Amino acid sequence: MLKYILNRLLLVIPTLIGITICSFGFVRLIPGDPILALSGERGVTAERYATLVEKYGFDRPIWEQYFRYLGQVVRGDFGDSLATHRPVVEEFLKLFPATVELGIFALIFAIVIGVPAGIFAAVKRGTWLDQGLMGTALVGYSMPIFWWGLLMIIFFSGYLGWTPVSGRIGLQFFMKPVTGFMLVDSLLAGNFNAFVSALRHLILPTIVLGTIPLAVIARQTRSAMLEVMGEDYVRTARAKGLSGRRVIGLHALRNALIPVVTTIGLQVGVLMGGAILTETIFSWPGIGRWLVDSIYKRDYAVVQNGLLIVAVIVMIVNLFVDLLYAVINPRIRVQSS
Amino acid sequence: MSTVTNAPETHKPVSGVREFWHYFSQNRGAVIGLIVLLIMVLIALFAPVLAPHAPELQYRDALLKPPAWQEGGSWTYVLGTDPVGRDMLSRLMYGARFSLVIGVVVVVLALVGGVTLGLVAGYFRGWVDIVIMRVMDIILAFPSLLLALVLVAVLGPGLVNAMLAIAIVLQPHFARLVRAAVMAESSRDYVTSARLAGASHLRLMLVTILPNCVAPLIVQATLSFSSAILDAAALGFLGLGAQPPTPEWGTMLATAREFILRAPWVVTFPGLAILITVLAINLIGDGLRDALDPKLKRS
Repeated sequence: MLKYILNRLLLVIPTLIGITICSFGFVRLIPGDPILALSGERGVTAERYATLVEKYGFDRPIWEQYFRYLGQVVRGDFGDSLATHRPVVEEFLKLFPATVELGIFALIFAIVIGVPAGIFAAVKRGTWLDQGLMGTALVGYSMPIFWWGLLMIIFFSGYLGWTPVSGRIGLQFFMKPVTGFMLVDSLLAGNFNAFVSALRHLILPTIVLGTIPLAVIARQTRSAMLEVMGEDYVRTARAKGLSGRRVIGLHALRNALIPVVTTIGLQVGVLMGGAILTETIFSWPGIGRWLVDSIYKRDYAVVQNGLLIVAVIVMIVNLFVDLLYAVINPRIRVQSS
Repeated sequence: MSTVTNAPETHKPVSGVREFWHYFSQNRGAVIGLIVLLIMVLIALFAPVLAPHAPELQYRDALLKPPAWQEGGSWTYVLGTDPVGRDMLSRLMYGARFSLVIGVVVVVLALVGGVTLGLVAGYFRGWVDIVIMRVMDIILAFPSLLLALVLVAVLGPGLVNAMLAIAIVLQPHFARLVRAAVMAESSRDYVTSARLAGASHLRLMLVTILPNCVAPLIVQATLSFSSAILDAAALGFLGLGAQPPTPEWGTMLATAREFILRAPWVVTFPGLAILITVLAINLIGDGLRDALDPKLKRS
């Protein structure tokens, strides 16, 4: 077990170095002068230009520049935003809770509907229920979510008037950020109306962001269940005369969930990608929208390091999923102990 | 000696294509998907003949006309017009060309790049393998849309750069697949015998081994085809893919966004076109997987 974990941890190092090389090389790939690219559209004075060359070390050999960059990154110094002149880390930490809050809700939405839907489809294999559920899942999987979001706005916000169109909370509420999670902060402040407002703002983005993970989880759960239901131990359980529900719930589901957990973990990367579109559509003040806005504004310092931070987070989550897989999968657990 | 008493039905040797079609056609969804995709291809090919109007022609007296069946709509503009008076149906028909070409170009680029890297990595192993696969891991570490977005930001917005970025993001999947297949096949007897017969590295890779990895590649290519269309539309929607006035579906959605509550049709139809195309391709992909995956074949 320990060997497996160590092995997996060692594999992270080259990827991590590669990610930093990518984000380091990124600014240098932009056609033209990197100093001009990093200093925004207004340009710089000759004096400031010289300071920037000195600061970023552009007069040094490229490998020295890279190690310098790596050293800064390791110390948690990701530079300053060109637009706001505030540290990139500070901006990131301010916006990250919004993305996490939305992501958690989307993932819960996807799991709570996706797993039971997959189980039902597998148990009723070949019936209209199975075909209907899997047909719907394929539609969800094929959904352009930016369009799905707009449709939701047209119907629920425009036609029915049930949900707000954009933002995290009603404009009349001002929440002092304590945790950064709007739902928690509003409860901490004891403001129930603000809590309800935040919840209502969450509904549409949650559905939109959760749609593709939901479809993937439902499809994966069904195929994992089908595979497990053909195994000998399930047949034995049936032969022992256990009730159908007990066989499905106790014997089949527990084993089928092992690959499903991996699938769920891998959705974190999907969610980060989806957050770009969802946050743009709903003007959700999170990381996705921040990165897109920075690209529009040519704020390369933010794009460069935002990309790095997001990639590292996704990588760490995937690492945890892999380790979790080893812990919950008795085959790996027993084999290695 | 036993004699055959009951002559079995005469089995003609089934050709590969016919066997494939037998399994593929059992999947009703896949056949429907194929028909829809063929219709899309025909629309794209014959857009200049089929489209009632020129896609970029602006009718100043018909701004934001609703579809024909709605109040105020007319059959001159069946699906209505957009904010500058262009016919939606005609633009959608021309848009099919972009989406299908994007899908094909991206898949070909990703396929050629990925297959080459995967073949080299799986065949030569050693440090070549390590370097190639670590680079693939790094690409996969980034959320794909985010990486494509940043690449486009570096290369500059536009359809060609968007296609290039998406191809780069998609090709590790091909490389991994081919590498695994090559490693499994390399130790087989037929490869050893070809090697002993003096086949060159290139011949071994391309002629001996590659044809035996084709089935999973076809399935992966289909999946990539649909994600290429989705990602390109997403980039277009974010203003970084095809640029207006190109009638690309994602770009059409982006320019129509501010009118969603006043004129829902300018948003509804381009998205529906994307959904139908992607769904059709994914249905085909599911059918292909069932037909080509020997593990699932029940003969």
